[in-house]
Amino acid sequence: MFDKTLAELAQGLENGDFSSVELTQAYLDRIKAEDGKYNSYITVTDELALEQANAADATRAAGNAGAFTGLPIAHKDIFCTEGVRTSCASKMLDNFISPYNATVVNKFNAAGAVTLGKTNMDEFAMGSSNESSFYGPARNPWDTDCVPGGSSGGSAAAVAALLAPAATGTDTGGSIRQPAALCGITGLKPTYGRVSRFGMIAFASSLDQGGPMTRTAEDAAMMLNVMAGFDPNDSTCMQKDVPDYTADLSKPLAGLKIGLPKEFFPDDLSPAIAQQVQAAIKEYEALGATVKEVSLPNTGLAIPAYYIIAPSEASSNLSRFDGVRYGYRCESPVDLEDLYKRSRGEGFGPEVKRRIMVGAYALSEGFYDAYYKKAQQIRRLIKQDYVNALNEVDVIMGPTTPHPAFKLGEKTSDPVAMYMEDIFTISLNLAGMPGISIPCGQTEGLPVGLQIIGNYFAEQKLLNVAHQFQQATDWHKQAPQGI
Amino acid sequence: MALDRSDVEKIAHLARLQIDEQDIPEYTQNLSNILDLVNQMQAVDTSDVEPMANALDAVQRLRKDAVTEDNNRENLQSVAPAVENGLFQVPKVIE
Amino acid sequence: MEWEAVIGLEIHAQLATKSKIFSGASTAFGAEPNTQACAVDLALPGTLPVFNEEALRMAVKFGLAIDAEIGRTSVFDRKNYFYPDLPKGYQTSQLFHPIVGIGHIDITLEDGTSKRIGVTRAHLEEDAGKSLHDEFPGMTGIDLNRAGTPLLEIVSEPDMRTAEEAVAYVRKIHALVTSLGICDGNMAEGSFRCDCNVSVRPKGQEEFGTRTETKNINSFRFIEKAIVGEIERQIDLIEDGGRVIQATRLYDANKNETRSMRSKEEANDYRYFPCPDLLPIVIDEDYIDAVRDSLPELPDARKARFIEEYKLSDYDAMVLSGDHNLATYFEIVAKAANDAKMAANWVMGELSKHLNQNDTTIANSPVSAEQLGGLVERIKDNTISGKIAKQVFEVMWAEGGSADEIIEAKGLKQVTDTGAIESIVDEVISKADKQVAQYKAAEPDKRGKMLGFFMGQVMKATGGKANPGAVNGILKKKLDALCD
Repeated sequence: MFDKTLAELAQGLENGDFSSVELTQAYLDRIKAEDGKYNSYITVTDELALEQANAADATRAAGNAGAFTGLPIAHKDIFCTEGVRTSCASKMLDNFISPYNATVVNKFNAAGAVTLGKTNMDEFAMGSSNESSFYGPARNPWDTDCVPGGSSGGSAAAVAALLAPAATGTDTGGSIRQPAALCGITGLKPTYGRVSRFGMIAFASSLDQGGPMTRTAEDAAMMLNVMAGFDPNDSTCMQKDVPDYTADLSKPLAGLKIGLPKEFFPDDLSPAIAQQVQAAIKEYEALGATVKEVSLPNTGLAIPAYYIIAPSEASSNLSRFDGVRYGYRCESPVDLEDLYKRSRGEGFGPEVKRRIMVGAYALSEGFYDAYYKKAQQIRRLIKQDYVNALNEVDVIMGPTTPHPAFKLGEKTSDPVAMYMEDIFTISLNLAGMPGISIPCGQTEGLPVGLQIIGNYFAEQKLLNVAHQFQQATDWHKQAPQGI
Repeated sequence: MALDRSDVEKIAHLARLQIDEQDIPEYTQNLSNILDLVNQMQAVDTSDVEPMANALDAVQRLRKDAVTEDNNRENLQSVAPAVENGLFQVPKVIE
Repeated sequence: MEWEAVIGLEIHAQLATKSKIFSGASTAFGAEPNTQACAVDLALPGTLPVFNEEALRMAVKFGLAIDAEIGRTSVFDRKNYFYPDLPKGYQTSQLFHPIVGIGHIDITLEDGTSKRIGVTRAHLEEDAGKSLHDEFPGMTGIDLNRAGTPLLEIVSEPDMRTAEEAVAYVRKIHALVTSLGICDGNMAEGSFRCDCNVSVRPKGQEEFGTRTETKNINSFRFIEKAIVGEIERQIDLIEDGGRVIQATRLYDANKNETRSMRSKEEANDYRYFPCPDLLPIVIDEDYIDAVRDSLPELPDARKARFIEEYKLSDYDAMVLSGDHNLATYFEIVAKAANDAKMAANWVMGELSKHLNQNDTTIANSPVSAEQLGGLVERIKDNTISGKIAKQVFEVMWAEGGSADEIIEAKGLKQVTDTGAIESIVDEVISKADKQVAQYKAAEPDKRGKMLGFFMGQVMKATGGKANPGAVNGILKKKLDALCD
């Protein structure tokens, strides 16, 4: 049962092959038995899950079931869940039982989904390896000595280890696509403004976007059908109709124009990765697509601009964690300044503190023009690169990451080296366009991800392109050894 | 761009972060490296480029002026570290 | 040496919206602590702001009323600092692109001269919560009900030179925002607050001296006192060889002095940047035109109309139009009484005297405009005399009730029945032989003055209720008849 996709599980529920309670209990048992190896969950919500599963079965019995009724999923622990600890993998929020639900959580609840639990992540989504979690790193199911990627590493590991059929993630600089690539699953970052950010704990407001992490593109379409849409509580969420993302999955790809940016295939790209990605492109040509070189000349500026914008916004977004109204408060503060400094100093881990300080520095008096404003200008150049390229082609493809999963601890001592792992994903957050990573091969037993990028609100196209590849290949069906 | 210890102390104060004395050299080095990385931006002439705050260049939507929230104090304060008579408590602030 | 003061003001006007600037919580004053602070106001993780359309409309109204440039694109910025009454750790404000740009207002001074004062800008921002320092030993309590209440911060040019000018400016802005209906103007509740930037320089010197900022002033009278005191303090300091330190000072109304709050030398670094959770506010010509069409009558126009329509003196018109509530009140009284001059006298006289003595405002007057109108109407139609009216007013102020009810209950109706007055006059004359003899002996042109005694006796006998005009006529007729 655990190797079934969301779509197959939905069919099973519909056919009466099993109930939502049976399905949910099976997953809860499996998590209990197996997650010790992966640490993919921070909190497992047994009681809530079974309650929701019971309700879903009742809904189905009454003949009111929808496409998602009774399907179990996991939420990244960045989405607020009412009555359930929402920690953002930080000591700061270890004691935070959210008094409200994120819009995304409400949407899944309304659709009849079952919440299995909250998945591990980098603290406040700051990281590319899941190693900054207060709860210890999640591990890559393909090799538990390796990182699952980050920041949505727990979601990726849970889906890859068959501890959840699907999970939500968030992507600020690659945090859905990079762990999806490293764990051999499908991860979609929608257009900025497609999915509500309300109740999704902010890292960098102008870059954060929630999206699905699944085993197949078809499942991602099912998830996005629930997640996407206007939210009056989020000023940056767009008022735009939500199509049925599953509707175009079967469209043939004949005539599809694929752009390959030369900047995504630099000389120092891991040859194994380059080879797997080229093979995937060949597969697309076999499916009727044509390929053309395009250029994104400002790609090299994406990491510098990102490491101003994201920390600047984060330094301000994380000011609310002050030990006054919720969250961690230090023992016996002697005065207000002591309360602030120790609560924050003890509550945040080193990477979070590092980024807060970079941001505070970049915004401090006299530096605004040279840093934040400059980065916002470069952001426009990067967006323009994508707009120009997408005038010539339908989608852009390239590797999701420069390397496959790396060993735990390998990059923790050098933050800048860690940042470079996001080189192919980060520019898309700056531009705000959607991108999907799908498994397209393996190297030395570790998965390789193909990134497919489309124009604003072209999620339907991306899912179609990804699905057609998955109809023709079976990389997405590969499971880590022993799973 | 090299920061020194006093820069890091100043920034940590601005951000109200207590940093352990022994960690300051590492933070100083990390932050300097990150600033070197981001300073690559300075090589590009952006004088004619309009800064981009939002990818879609979208504009603010307006909310109707209506009271939609009821008193939810009990629920919202259930997660507070220190509350007395409905007030959040902090060490005495001297003005 | 002759000194000159330079004064600039920052006024914070709470906008009279029902809900907060970025959340759906109520802005009503005086609720139990933290009962009007929702998840957004408390800055719970993951919460986001959505801008209130009414706050925008109110800010644009103000901009149009001061003839200012309206920002076609305005942007919210974050002002970052830590304080327990600031839940997000930043205040959402507008630094780089405010909604209202350069404008101006004209003020009129006591001597009748007028002066134009520049308004640098007015921007939207959110109010902070309140810190309560005295409720618990060793602790400060935080109430976030006020957090997120929309504020319009109105920043003047340093165009004022005296405390009188500053107060005239504040009164004019107060009249404007209350006339526009965008602020209730209640200074005691903090709906309308003023920070005063004051510096001094030798007269004739171009550059400004070092300024101090005095916060926390919550009445017109205190603004004047605080500025006068601060100017004196600075001059004394310099003349004694000291120098003014740039600092924030608090006005202590009990001691009538300012004291230093924090020195600007350890100035905050606010790390302003555009708020990424909010998008630029873009408004077009149609929007502005629609707001302009909705503007009510403003104080200057109202003053002109009072002179034209009610034939009020320039001074009366200025005073009455200078406060929106007072002007509205006056017009109701004038219409009810059908006598503008008498209405103006009562509003500016008896009513204002009572308001001042009881330290209250017209909005909280126990006597409504309708009540006072009814009273003035009874003077006008001779039901009661002006003197009796003051008694009725006292009752009205203390106990309530309409003029007619009070007159009836207390039996204060004026006696106008000629027959009744004649018999009282006859009785008074019959008991005052001495005074009648003096009257007779007097030269005819001096006799008028001697009526006073008889008048007094008649009024005493009638408890003041006799119509003075009628008594006067009858007395004169009867006494003169005795002289023939």
